[in-house]
Amino acid sequence: MNDWLKPLQDGLIEGRVLTKNADLYSYSFDASFGEYLPEAVVQVKNKQEVVHVIRLANQYKVPVYPRGAGTCLSGGPLPVHGGIVLDLSKLPAKIDVSPGDLTVTVSPSVRTQDINIEAEKRGLMYAPDPSSAHVATIGGNLAENSGGPRGLKYGVTKDHVLGLEIVTPEGELIRTGGQTIKNVTGYDLTKLIVGSEGTLAVIVEATLKLMPKPPAVKTMMVSFHKVRTAGEAISRTLTSGVLPSKMEFMDQACVRAVEQFQPIGLPVDAAAIILIELDGPEEALRIEQEKVEAIMEEMGAKEVIIPESDEEAAKLWHARKQVSPAIAKIKPTKVSEDATVPRSKIPDFMDRLQTIKEKYDLEVVAFGHAGDGNLHPNILCDQRDPEEMKRAEKAVEEMFEAAIELGGTLSGEHGIGTMKAPFMEMELGDAGVDMMRRIKRAWDPHNILNPGKIFAEKGQKLVLRNE
Amino acid sequence: MSNSLKQAYDLTFDCVQCGYCLPACPTYETMESETHSPRGRINLVKMVAEGKAAVQDLEEPMEKCLGCMACTSVCPTNVQYGEILENAKEVLDESKPSGRLESFLFEDFFPSKTWMNRLGDATWLFQQTGADRITNRLPWNLPLHLEAFADIMPSMPSPVKRKRRAERYIRRRPAVKKVGFFTGCIMDSVFFESNESTIELLLRSGAEVVLPKSQTCCGALHAHSGKKNKAIELAKENIAAFEEEAFDYIVENAGGCGAQMIEYPSLFEKGSRWHARAVEFSNRVKDISEVLVEIDGLVFSKPIEQTITYQPSCHMTYVQKVVEPPLALLEKVPGIRLQELERPGFCCGSAGVYNLVQHEDSMDILDVKMQDVCQTGADQVVTSNPGCLLQMKLGIKREGMDSEAVHLVDLLMQADPAPRSLR
Repeated sequence: MNDWLKPLQDGLIEGRVLTKNADLYSYSFDASFGEYLPEAVVQVKNKQEVVHVIRLANQYKVPVYPRGAGTCLSGGPLPVHGGIVLDLSKLPAKIDVSPGDLTVTVSPSVRTQDINIEAEKRGLMYAPDPSSAHVATIGGNLAENSGGPRGLKYGVTKDHVLGLEIVTPEGELIRTGGQTIKNVTGYDLTKLIVGSEGTLAVIVEATLKLMPKPPAVKTMMVSFHKVRTAGEAISRTLTSGVLPSKMEFMDQACVRAVEQFQPIGLPVDAAAIILIELDGPEEALRIEQEKVEAIMEEMGAKEVIIPESDEEAAKLWHARKQVSPAIAKIKPTKVSEDATVPRSKIPDFMDRLQTIKEKYDLEVVAFGHAGDGNLHPNILCDQRDPEEMKRAEKAVEEMFEAAIELGGTLSGEHGIGTMKAPFMEMELGDAGVDMMRRIKRAWDPHNILNPGKIFAEKGQKLVLRNE
Repeated sequence: MSNSLKQAYDLTFDCVQCGYCLPACPTYETMESETHSPRGRINLVKMVAEGKAAVQDLEEPMEKCLGCMACTSVCPTNVQYGEILENAKEVLDESKPSGRLESFLFEDFFPSKTWMNRLGDATWLFQQTGADRITNRLPWNLPLHLEAFADIMPSMPSPVKRKRRAERYIRRRPAVKKVGFFTGCIMDSVFFESNESTIELLLRSGAEVVLPKSQTCCGALHAHSGKKNKAIELAKENIAAFEEEAFDYIVENAGGCGAQMIEYPSLFEKGSRWHARAVEFSNRVKDISEVLVEIDGLVFSKPIEQTITYQPSCHMTYVQKVVEPPLALLEKVPGIRLQELERPGFCCGSAGVYNLVQHEDSMDILDVKMQDVCQTGADQVVTSNPGCLLQMKLGIKREGMDSEAVHLVDLLMQADPAPRSLR
């Protein structure tokens, strides 16, 4: 038995420690690849218990991996070096809306969607809307700096965080930022922690920004003969003075997969479609819709469809949601990437994807938040075929190269975690990564918080195969 | 790797571990760990098949699964969780010799009409002698927490009355539909009166009702416990029993039985003769509520001025996918104020014999359900499955509520249903 296990147990009053084999295996994975067995899972029930676990881990130099609902697509909560999985999803749920301040203070365990539901009861909204918002915890969203379709207009998680309460790797409970929109007191530690993927601190509370809920929304679907035209139409729209809340792209392969999975009458002969959502006052929407329609016509769009009812619109958005399950029918293993390029480069990126697809003889489809350049190229393969998985690994690497060459980035919203760590230098350069490592060392001298993430270890490569 | 493990293993690859099943899973909510979630269980099956975890590691998580199938309704990749679960149960069943009580329950008790009659008789005798009122004061506990259920059992008709039942009923000639009635084991012993109500509602709707003599237990409990061979044997007996006449519908009033019978084809190899017969059979299996809505032969004249809530059977919702018909029938009864539950799809914790063999866990789930039920302020809680009915009665007793739990058919009988006049 580990010498830290007993003192760990002794300091928990309400929380519990799980060490049965079945439990360890159940916290060995997330929604990405690979499984790693922890030595213990600790489910904390209050902030003081978090402090206890971290202090002890720092004393015994045991790795700790903060975890929410385990929906991470980049390996954030994976216990790659054994040690302790710190389950924060069982902390008491707290959603304190201050309508007068347009803020909400939350515990990390609440589901992101529930924050928005509470906000909406007061005519407000919490803007970030990752598609897993009904499952994922806000703690995980903060750690990974999650995005979502509405990121186009409203930005991502980091743009909505005013302050945090965190436990540092040395076990200090501190506050960063505050409750106000404007705050320039000292370094912006809040922004440093958000998106640090659990490597610098454990978030135990957050104060988030709320916005007025737009009074109305309007959906449009536009289909195109050519992917390039679709890309150009996006740029043209965004420079016309209209800022849609969502612009979602689906390539032909996605459209066909959805139609085979659950036919709703999408145009299977189109090279690409874009789903647009406009939000704002009813009167403004009418004007904006006409403007977008005119642009699409001028650009030579194949067809513009404006749903007549809310139900019709909901059907289209449902179709967008069906992309993930539908493409899983092509082949069972989905390697989902989120390399992001400047929006004007989307057509070029699509061309590069096509080349990669042919070169490695793989099923590659692309969909996603095209309005902000955040595409999700997905490779469909079969984990049971090691040869194919090897080709997939190479294809992923080339996708990253393509994105970076086009002025983009490895990850728009999923995070680096284990999977993209080997490619950090490609984007940031040696000195760039070194500055980040120095920050990590200053915060976490014993390297106990989420080791093995963001920074590649010597010789680390992307591995999608089960070994 | 055994055949069942191989089958389960192959299906685990459909799971992308997205976690969308977590908010739907009752045991994940009450037991608060990934180990007791669908995603966790599927992963454990995979780990066992890959030789990383041991079969014993699978035991507790699988046995604590309700099998409610709520996860299948939210799964974006359509994982066949039911098949994974049943195969895993088979793996567990193969790995340990079954105890004497277990083999008695599954081999002799459930499929047997004689034993079911004895259960009915014993309950009647128990109630007649007043023994049910003293069990709470006994200094020892009955096995399987039966004392918790003693005073919530419905009043049993005498053995004589139960024996007097005919095999064929017809009132209107020609009948509008010919119905084969699947009586079920528990329904026909403990809830005999609800079966009588079912027959009566069908007759007043203008149907002919036949109770084929050679029918037997549906086999749901066997299939869910990894006893596939016994389940197949029972399925064959029922298929044959209902082939004796050309029925328009095979009607049941227990969501659990209906779900099992709808899935009979999955017990047989595709393309086989038995598979074809099973398809023929399952196509005609309908819940009583569906048939009453389809025939539409009743008018309800006596108002029920009460608040009513409906607790649907999980297997009816997620496997049979029958959701609207019970609500449609309730709406036809004058006076009823229908107050829907906030989370009707959340299991009540009955789940076959779960509330006996996993009593404490079942009560934790029931407590969550009862919070929701209390909120509705219902005078009557309507259910569509015997297990749910007993569990709701138990929940009402535990909460000290002033409400009743009833089977849908019994509630409909309270409203004085009359044949819709032929014009």
